[in-house]
Amino acid sequence: MTSIEQYGQFETSWCPGCGNFPLLESLKKALMRLDLPPHRVMVSSGIGQAAKAPHYMHCHMFNGLHGRSLPVAQGMKMANPEMTVICQSGDGCVYGEGGNHFLAAIRRNMDITLLVHDNQIYGLTKGQASPTTQRGHVTKTQPGGAPSEAFNPVAVAVAMKAGFVARAFTGEPEHLTEMIVQAVSHPGFSLVDIFQPCVSFNKVNTFGWYKEHCRIIEDHDPTDWASAMALADEFGERIPLGVLYRGERPVLATSMPLARHRYGADALVAVLESYA
Amino acid sequence: MPDTSINIVIGGGAGQGLATVGQLMARAATRAGYHLLVNQDYMSRIRGGHNFFSIRMGAEPVMAIAEGIDVLVALDGRTIDEQSAQLNAGAIVIAGDTIDTAGLNALRVPFKELAPKPLFHNVAALGVLGAAVCGEVSILEDLLRQTFAKKGEAVVQANIEVVRKAHDWVGEQAFDFSCIAPPPEHPGKRLMLDGNEAIALGALAAGCNFVSFYPMTPATTVPITLIAKGAPLGLVHDQAEDEIAAINMAIGASYAGARALVATSGGGFALMTEGVSLAGVSETPLVVVVAQRPGPATGMATRTEQADLNLVLYSGHGEFPRAVFAPGTVEQCFYLTHRAFDLAEQYQTPMFVLTDQFLADSYRTVAPFDLGGLPEIAQPLLEAPSPYARYALTDDGVSPRMVPGFSEVLVRADSHEHDEHGRITEDAANRVRQNVKRLDKGNGLMQDVIGPEYYGPDESDEGADLVLLCWGSSLGACLEAAQTLNAKGLVRTTVLHFSQVYPLREEQFMDFLESAGQVVAVEGNATAQFARLVARETGFVVTGSVLRFDGRPLSPRYILKGLESIV
Repeated sequence: MTSIEQYGQFETSWCPGCGNFPLLESLKKALMRLDLPPHRVMVSSGIGQAAKAPHYMHCHMFNGLHGRSLPVAQGMKMANPEMTVICQSGDGCVYGEGGNHFLAAIRRNMDITLLVHDNQIYGLTKGQASPTTQRGHVTKTQPGGAPSEAFNPVAVAVAMKAGFVARAFTGEPEHLTEMIVQAVSHPGFSLVDIFQPCVSFNKVNTFGWYKEHCRIIEDHDPTDWASAMALADEFGERIPLGVLYRGERPVLATSMPLARHRYGADALVAVLESYA
Repeated sequence: MPDTSINIVIGGGAGQGLATVGQLMARAATRAGYHLLVNQDYMSRIRGGHNFFSIRMGAEPVMAIAEGIDVLVALDGRTIDEQSAQLNAGAIVIAGDTIDTAGLNALRVPFKELAPKPLFHNVAALGVLGAAVCGEVSILEDLLRQTFAKKGEAVVQANIEVVRKAHDWVGEQAFDFSCIAPPPEHPGKRLMLDGNEAIALGALAAGCNFVSFYPMTPATTVPITLIAKGAPLGLVHDQAEDEIAAINMAIGASYAGARALVATSGGGFALMTEGVSLAGVSETPLVVVVAQRPGPATGMATRTEQADLNLVLYSGHGEFPRAVFAPGTVEQCFYLTHRAFDLAEQYQTPMFVLTDQFLADSYRTVAPFDLGGLPEIAQPLLEAPSPYARYALTDDGVSPRMVPGFSEVLVRADSHEHDEHGRITEDAANRVRQNVKRLDKGNGLMQDVIGPEYYGPDESDEGADLVLLCWGSSLGACLEAAQTLNAKGLVRTTVLHFSQVYPLREEQFMDFLESAGQVVAVEGNATAQFARLVARETGFVVTGSVLRFDGRPLSPRYILKGLESIV
């Protein structure tokens, strides 16, 4: 049985009160509930405070480039389909710099889980608008208010019929843990977009703001695409939390760990023969 | 006496099937025992335009392209307009009887009569060409049988009938053309393949089992070959959404135990360069194939150039070791790609194979590669004793690389500066230690450098009047140019060819350069990038150069003409 202690405790570089703390705790609890020991989990992350998360737990990790956590994660999964692969990134990392990879990963539908630490702001570079910052939100670099419409990741994912689409909030840690458990258990690409307040730079979407607006949904059938689409589109007075959509699509899978895969000499001879 | 080599050019619009005729003819020539060298010249379009496929076929080995044409197969009228000025004395033109060949020594083929449907016209052209160069029809028949086997017996028979009819038709014609000399003796079993195919096969021989790519001419046939030949053996492949995804995916796969390759061209490689740094700092083995074409930006997308040496040399930010290979022949494409994998595994850093459109698309006849003689490739560890440090400091800078998932030991890789355990840290002393550790791997790489090859007229390498300094695909053209000069007996010319262009070890070639009367750089770019690299690394300044950057490959004639004003 996996215990949460196996995942360790580390000193972090996060601000006191940061939403990343409860998020990391929920992830560890979810992995414990899934009975996944650290050596069966590979975590890929990008750049940003969220992307440092795998440094703060025991697991295999590849902390790569800004926006590129999904290609790395998919490469990992293709090379060793027997491992659980989790991708951790912030909203700027995965929806901004990595936007094309986000769309492609949904289409590809590999069995990986994407956890987005979504605080609707660039934290590490000190407070610029991110793709999920609401239009009109004033920042130092957008003094007239963010000029672009906010990206709605869950609506896009549902529209593309991603395998598993959920929204969660670190202020509802039990629910968040449950969402991660379900996401990792889902065979295919899973997205959990997680509101994780930035206490230093987002003075609009604060812990209190999320607490006031987020509601755990009840009586929703996540296999009903039309009602999932309607829920995913809600972002205002009420923001629905929970599994918005779950679909069944063919999963792109490979057969065996490539580290053990070798070609036979006869096979290579036959390949060369074909050029005679 | 018939010539020992002839140059066949098949021209037409894109989509007319000239590459099919060319490939079948080249393979038939290979099986008949001839040596060959193919150049493919094509435009960046799907239909129409003017493309050509030239086969230089020799009873003796051929090394370079030739400008003069002995047999011109014109699949359209434009080919006559574009190519007839290149016809050698005694050349023959093969064209449909609807094409105007006035004034030329032509074999005018009644395609409508020989082939039931336009679909078969290129097979008819193959039959006529085969007969005109005195080939045996049975070789063509066997080839067609193999080519169309999958489409069923009826298709095979229809094609064979057309080729036989076309071949027989030539026998009934009176025309003036002397056959190529037969090969002195059959050189035994040979393979016919192009540079990119050889790169892909070298990768497979090295155990490459993962390729991610975004299609880009002229690199795409590397993944196409890997998929066609490797996927049935278990190679995993993915067409990524862009080049950035392709290289990051390959790095992720390599981290998790795959033996990974990415292939692209200049523009795609420019996008990959942040990933190159990632492979460098995370110490992840990776082989990157860069098939050069003229830039900047989109340049001339289907033509050739050797102008991305600097891009590859300086790609990525920060400092980390690398090696860059530049094959000059199809054989070197195979063996150097294999070596690139070996070094990538040994030194856990990105390795580069730098080719170009000319070599990528150039079919050659080669002796079967020596699979048994290839060195074993280094392996990562699947199990290691705990405690384990991914980036442990070692004397040679090489740390124990483990693949995650095969034991309880955890493997951490990081793009940030990290400690020995892969944990992010900004500690100044650690930064220095890790940076030095990574660069220390360069000492090993330096010991493994493949020196340049000397191709001189006699045993003594040193003291040549003229040295042609070249790298990559220009080898053949330089060799023939040198041969011509040496035959004239006026200047003793040697070729110095680098198949590994970085790093360089002075002691492997400096005495030679310094003892030469004159050193001329021969390169497919406008600024003599390699000569400048030699100057940067050794202080030896090359003063003369023959440079080609019109999108066409270097040829012996081009080099000789360029030398006129220098020597």
